[in-house]
Amino acid sequence: MAFDSISDFFAMGGYAFYVWLSYGLFFFSLLCITLHCIYKKRNIFKKVRLRLEREKRIKQASKLEETL
Amino acid sequence: MWKWLHPYAKPEKSYQLAGKLLPWFACLCLITFMVGLTWGLLFAPADYQQGDSFRIIYIHVPAAMLAMLAYSSMAIAAFIGLVWQIRLSEMMVATTAPIGAVFTFIALVTGAAWGKPMWGAWWVWDARLTSELILLFVYLGIIALYNAFSDKDLAGRAASILTLVGVINLPIIHYSVVWWNTLHQGATISKFDTPSMAPEMLWPLLMMIFAFSLFFIVLLLMRFRNEILARENHRYWVTQLVIHKFKDKI
Repeated sequence: MAFDSISDFFAMGGYAFYVWLSYGLFFFSLLCITLHCIYKKRNIFKKVRLRLEREKRIKQASKLEETL
Repeated sequence: MWKWLHPYAKPEKSYQLAGKLLPWFACLCLITFMVGLTWGLLFAPADYQQGDSFRIIYIHVPAAMLAMLAYSSMAIAAFIGLVWQIRLSEMMVATTAPIGAVFTFIALVTGAAWGKPMWGAWWVWDARLTSELILLFVYLGIIALYNAFSDKDLAGRAASILTLVGVINLPIIHYSVVWWNTLHQGATISKFDTPSMAPEMLWPLLMMIFAFSLFFIVLLLMRFRNEILARENHRYWVTQLVIHKFKDKI
């Protein structure tokens, strides 16, 4: 272990701001792109679902027209 | 002999294969990240000159390496896509570019946060830094160009050509520390010699490089699946997939 205590670890030998800034931005960027992937997949599924629902509605409406 | 590869040129098969591989890579990636981060942040000894600020290396170097590796793989995919007209290959270009851009961004900001305490400046117009910034702009250009076309086949081809043009930047980045006088230090491990780094500092770095590579693969698989779904959204197999997912709603 390179540090004696937890506060020592967080202080990073006086470079706390720079080290934690780097690691913070690193985590933030990776989190953003991962969440973006998940969001995009949901969005695609939703779009296809809405299209299928619309097609179904159109089919039902035309059927209704025929029976009338 | 290589016939077994043929079905994987079909988007549906590629989608399924990527889905099967994804959880394995994700698990392995999480484990290596945890090991690499604790090793690098807690157990590696402080540098005799830079103190604890050198710990930024554990994200700076892997991010920079992967940014270049991502570009190389993207260029190979672009070349294959253009020459043999394999659509999946062109999709790979669109899939890789944003990941490479994020890695380049990480390399640049961690470099700035490391430069401030060590050089006394967040940014200098130095050869290595400038060429890395150009890499970020090239990535952004490729993303913008791909999104500028509504015809995705055309977009893939245009983005592939731009990718091949941008390859010129890779050797410039790599040799920038050799060709010009720069503040940035030379190569530490990517050279034909024993690494100029103590093993107790080097091992966590290699671990982090491995973790970053795995994360790159995980993101690649996720984005590749999305890209296939988006392009094939009118195909029968995609509609079946959606119907299966929302059984009760449709």
